[in-house]
Amino acid sequence: MDYTIKIGGEAGQGIQTIGDTLAHIFAKAGYYVFTHQDYESRIRGGHNFYQIRISHRPISASRSFVHILVALDRESITQHEKELSPDGQVLYDSQMIKEKFDKPNFLNLPLLDFAQKYGGSKVMANTVAIGAVLGMLRMDPTIMYEIIEKSFKKKGDAVIRANIECAKAGYEFAKKECLMCAFTLSKFDRPKMLISGNEAIGAGAIASGLKFYSAYPMTPSTGIFNFIAEYAKDCGIVVEQAEDEISAINMVIGASFAGVRAMTGTSGGGFALMVEGISLAGMTETPIVITLAQRPGPATGLPTRTEQADLLFALYAGHGEFPKVIFAPGSPEQAFYLTNKAFDLAEKYQIIAIILTDQYLADSQWSYEGFDLRKIKYIDYRIRKEKLKEIKNYKRHAFTETGISPFAVPGESKHLVVTDSDEHDEEGHIIEDALTRIKMVEKRLFKKMPLIKKEISPPLIYGDKNPEIVLVCWGSMFGIVKEITDELLEKYKIAMIHFSEIYPFSEDKSWIELLRKSKKVINIEQNATSQFSKLIKIETGIHIENHINRFDGRPFTVDELLERVYDYIK
Amino acid sequence: MTTLSDYKGQKPAWCPGCGNFSILRAFNEAMVELGIEPHQFVIVSGIGQAGKFPHYTRCNTFNGLHGRTLPVATGIKLANRELIVFAVAGDGDCYGEGGNHLIHAIRRNIDVKLFVHNNQIYGLTKGQASPTTMKGVITKTQPFGVLSEQFNPLTLAIALNCSFVARGFAGDIEHLKGLIKEAVNHKGFALIDILQPCVSFNKINTFEWYRERVYKIPDDYNPEDRLLAFQKSLEWGERIPIGVLYKTKKSTLEEQIPVIKDLPLVKQDFDINKIELILQNFY
Repeated sequence: MDYTIKIGGEAGQGIQTIGDTLAHIFAKAGYYVFTHQDYESRIRGGHNFYQIRISHRPISASRSFVHILVALDRESITQHEKELSPDGQVLYDSQMIKEKFDKPNFLNLPLLDFAQKYGGSKVMANTVAIGAVLGMLRMDPTIMYEIIEKSFKKKGDAVIRANIECAKAGYEFAKKECLMCAFTLSKFDRPKMLISGNEAIGAGAIASGLKFYSAYPMTPSTGIFNFIAEYAKDCGIVVEQAEDEISAINMVIGASFAGVRAMTGTSGGGFALMVEGISLAGMTETPIVITLAQRPGPATGLPTRTEQADLLFALYAGHGEFPKVIFAPGSPEQAFYLTNKAFDLAEKYQIIAIILTDQYLADSQWSYEGFDLRKIKYIDYRIRKEKLKEIKNYKRHAFTETGISPFAVPGESKHLVVTDSDEHDEEGHIIEDALTRIKMVEKRLFKKMPLIKKEISPPLIYGDKNPEIVLVCWGSMFGIVKEITDELLEKYKIAMIHFSEIYPFSEDKSWIELLRKSKKVINIEQNATSQFSKLIKIETGIHIENHINRFDGRPFTVDELLERVYDYIK
Repeated sequence: MTTLSDYKGQKPAWCPGCGNFSILRAFNEAMVELGIEPHQFVIVSGIGQAGKFPHYTRCNTFNGLHGRTLPVATGIKLANRELIVFAVAGDGDCYGEGGNHLIHAIRRNIDVKLFVHNNQIYGLTKGQASPTTMKGVITKTQPFGVLSEQFNPLTLAIALNCSFVARGFAGDIEHLKGLIKEAVNHKGFALIDILQPCVSFNKINTFEWYRERVYKIPDDYNPEDRLLAFQKSLEWGERIPIGVLYKTKKSTLEEQIPVIKDLPLVKQDFDINKIELILQNFY
């Protein structure tokens, strides 16, 4: 079983409600689910879609073929009819889109009339559509009713009943009338969790002891802010919307200095404003975590779309020289654990950790059996309470073997915690002399960096053990490249190397051998200039010749990328 | 009990005769008289001559970036509301580079005490106009004189209903000390704009210039009358009022955040079990 359902329409029509509800029904049924969204930078009108893929085996990307197209506007048919698979069906309401189609695979269902008739309000047309999709699939509707009940619980019994009637009407109609529907579903399994990239980062941060989050809203990072704000009260987190990103990062630095774990999130333009603050965190050795959810630039670019073009910007962000780590998770699962690792390394080494995602990962949902909280690391590296009493002569920036100075919480003892954006001495006071400067650079950078490097895991190598073809990718490309690797493994000796811990490079360099030995290396990136391959060259001297790039703001689908890879290997 | 010797910091790198010395003395004396110990407060400062201030007393210090004192101070206060948090900045720092942050710190009413060393000139960069330089003053980078309106921080603050608005003068240490003590005892965001002569680069607004003009706001003045305060804040030129122009009682930001109402954030333990419940919501 491997089906794709696409819901298309204007912004404000409820595409997301239909999509989210269906995705949760499928996950609850125990299917593996992958969703991705394509939306414009507007609140009403335009053309948006929500794509759901379901399967009985783990999946990690979207396919190009659509099995059920729910068309809430005429544009959905114009744009997406050509994507239909041979057995694909279109669900539409001729009254809604003011046109009737006389084609055997088009199912005309009066969504609006049904909503009025069975629910008493046209608003429930979305619920009719949800029921109809399940009817077309001939899937047991019990879970759908449960989910409707759960989502409308707050609105009372009458609303629940009306929605269930609507769903039932849509379901029965589609089941009976869709004569061409011939989908076969797998048996239900244990419910899966369904989580997006943004949610996984939020959850990972909370699991890491996040106490303070400040940000300025910016697509596609806002989902993290929303998620953390939702749980702020329950989990004891202070969230503060800043007047700008400069303020956001400085508040985060202040909160961290005062002794709590702190984080901010933004996209390219906001990150540009934070750069000065990144340098401040570097100089004052204040641990902070930043999520940079990329979207296509330059400037405002394509605000709601995806790209991986801020890698080198993030790498070099901040004037002067200081250590930082950059992680680029490839899935919500990786995002969850890497967010935890970002916090742990930031706190342990008193550095900046950047989590690099993009709109594609931020908004797409993946399904899992569950996350393992035993893998979460939480060590409080700050000097508090009893530990403070053991210290006689406290110096915030004391020279040590490891370069890591004791970080006391200000106000908790008589020890004064002093730091400065100017070059400073061990106590934190301004200096200008050359010797102290050299010793401070050695401490901050040269002593810490080799230790940080040891913490970094090597890239994931997946596929053939002695590959002739190697696909290199990073960050959100993971799912798509993994799927095409799976597909090509049937015919080729092929492997994927996926980097999620981008910088610094791991000391384990076994992957370089793989590149050297293979006949063809293809680097795949969602940007115009193959930034990651440049980083590989800087770090290892290896030059990759073959590149597949996409920079139109849309994510690759498995089928499109397969074709591009075939161009190189056929 | 603390004494002035507890507040002896690094050797100041200010010009001899600088107005900052008097502000430092007023501050240290205020701390001693209030019985506040150095570890009980933090000074966040920016860049400029005023930015060096915390190094010359003794305290927890975050000497950050130019213009960014208030966001850092806000973050610190939200993380640990038991700490007394001061922000110290110059006129270029707070009214120029960090103007946006000033507006929003006042709106938040975060319990931070802001002292702006206002010398009406850029000292550290050697004599360019600041937002408070008077119109028409010629400098190296304003060859036709300052063409923009002079920034009035007090009027702005009163317009934003800032909970405590005052003006001090570096030439009157006793009076300034009184203002600092009053600001510390006031609950909510406090702005003290301190007239601070720059002996090296401001040849107009000198000690003498200020002495001839400043006068203490009389005791019968009602600082809770906002319209009156607004009017008072507009006085400049021949007569310049010093003292508390405006104050009002209102809830601070920290008081309104339920999470930190009873216990400062920094003292709250982390409970990993809560994430388990959150993850359940994804099924």
